[in-house]
This record gives sequence, C-alpha cells and structure tokens, in this order.
Amino acid sequence: MKLFALIIVIMTGAALIYSTLDMPDWGDPNSPASLHVSPRYIEKTIEETATPNAVTSVLADYRGYDTLGETTVIFTAAVVCILLLRRIEDDKTL
Amino acid sequence: MIRLYNDLIIQTVCRIMIPLIQLFAFYVIAHGHYSPGGGFQGGCILGASFILMLIAYDINWIKRRFSENKNVILIALGVFIYALVGLLCIFLGKEYLNYSAFQKLIPIDIARVRALGTLIIEIGVGITVMAVMVSIFLNLITFGKHEKGEV
Amino acid sequence: MIWIMEILILTILLICALAAIHVKDLLSSAILLGAYSFLMCILWAEMGAVDVAFTEAAVGAGISTAFFIGAIYQTTRRTKD
Repeated sequence: MKLFALIIVIMTGAALIYSTLDMPDWGDPNSPASLHVSPRYIEKTIEETATPNAVTSVLADYRGYDTLGETTVIFTAAVVCILLLRRIEDDKTL
Repeated sequence: MIRLYNDLIIQTVCRIMIPLIQLFAFYVIAHGHYSPGGGFQGGCILGASFILMLIAYDINWIKRRFSENKNVILIALGVFIYALVGLLCIFLGKEYLNYSAFQKLIPIDIARVRALGTLIIEIGVGITVMAVMVSIFLNLITFGKHEKGEV
Repeated sequence: MIWIMEILILTILLICALAAIHVKDLLSSAILLGAYSFLMCILWAEMGAVDVAFTEAAVGAGISTAFFIGAIYQTTRRTKD
C-alpha cells in the first residue's frame, strides 16, 4: 500500500513538473499576464490615484470588492472562533 | 501556560518593545501608499504587540484595559468602516467603492481624493485584523475561559 | 551570483520542511515552520514581490507561530506516531 502511494505521488509530481515547462519565464514581459491589464495599471496609477505603490492602489482601489471580501472572511473567522471556543463558566446549560 | 511568572526581565523588555512595535505598525498602515505595507500587515503587527502584552503580563490586568466587549466591537467596526465608505459613495452619486465621489465633500484633486479613500479603508482593515488576531489568540490560549490558571 | 543564493535558500527551505514533518517534538515543529516562513519571505523579497514578503513575514512567521504554540499547549507536546 505504501508503494502504491509512492507511485501516485511520483506520478503527480512528474505531471506538475512537466506542466511547469510550458509556463512563461519569471519576469517575462511577453507573458499573457503582463500584456493585457498590467500595463494599464502601471501607467495610470499615479495620475488616477496618486499612489506610487501600485500594489496598494490595485488592492484597495481598483479591486476594492476583493479586499472587502477578504476582510469579511477574517471577520467570519473571528466569529467562528468565538462561537466554538468561548466558554461562559456560570452558564450550566452549555 | 497562563501561570503568572512576574518575570522582571521579560516585563521590562516588553515595556520598552511594545510602543516601538505599535509605532511601526501605525507607520506601516499609514505609509502603505508609498512603501510596502497596508492594512493587513500593519494590523497583524499591531495584533502581535497585543499578543506580546498578553504573554508577558497578567491577563486580568489586560482585561481591565482591553475588555472582550471592546474587542468584539472593534472586530465589527473595521468591516463597518469599509462598508460605510462604499455606501457613502452611493449616496454621493457614484458607484459602490468609487472613492472619487468624495470630491463633493472635499474639493481637491480627484487622484488625491481616491488616495484618501484608500487610506480610510486601510485603517478599517487594520482595526479588524488587529482585533481578530487578539481575539483568536486569547480564546485559543485560555481555552475560552479568558482567565489565568493551569490548563 | 544571485542564483547561488537562491539555490542555498531553496536547499535550507527543503531541509526545514522535511525536518518539520519528521521531528517528534511539536514545539520544534512549530519553530521549524516559522523558519520555513522566514526563508520563504527572503525568497519572495529576492523575486521582487516585496508586499507578499511583508505579508509572509507578518502572518506566516509572526502570528501563525504564536497560534501554533498556543494550540500546542492545549494538547500533548510529543506526537504519538
């Protein structure tokens, strides 16, 4: 059974490494990710948002909905932690 | 874990370190436009300073100054600030979370208005993340009892 | 010169990850995961993603190590398997 698991893992790893051969090089200016929307943000971020750090302007201004959802996820995590872990001692019904 | 040690060295080092950590956290939140950083990272550092305080000092002393009710209100307040900024943009006649609507309130350059809106929501995110980290750590380490004692 | 440093960091990263799985003491495992996060942070910063590196250093190495140690004190320190 361990041998079977090892074979599965090796095959999955080989498939993953084979698929990385088709990916663009690191920092390639002609890759699809840096051709469509990235130059627009890099060129316009100073004159539209007055924010030199493009990461902040994309995260909080252009993609504000994403950050709102992320904050809601953190809020939900805290609510679930309080619901699961908090114990009130003098309440005997819990 | 929550035994009270009253270790003089740890308490003195924490008393010196905690204000510096908090100052750095506020710098990270406020300076996120110009350098790496932002609400999430700054909130994490601010929460780490409160976690250091929880480790070093007596937990009842902490609870008198930073009670659980205030902490839960702070958790909700950050998300509320974020959503309120979005709703205010609707009431001022633009789309949700389009900060250029604030130009009606603050008549300056439209790019600077958007930078200001970004700063407000970064502060909201920072408040939420700080309170969440403190709440999770406190519930985890005292097993939900919020008091010191042998585990 | 930079690729030598990259290979070195990746080697230590692999050693940290394997050691975190194999060590019997859970506290050592948590500290090794913190070291893993810091090496990952150096790797992000070296690749130019400074914001990701900052998040990794604040969350991965700082807060989550504290959470792991807090969780270990609610259970036994040594693994059974």
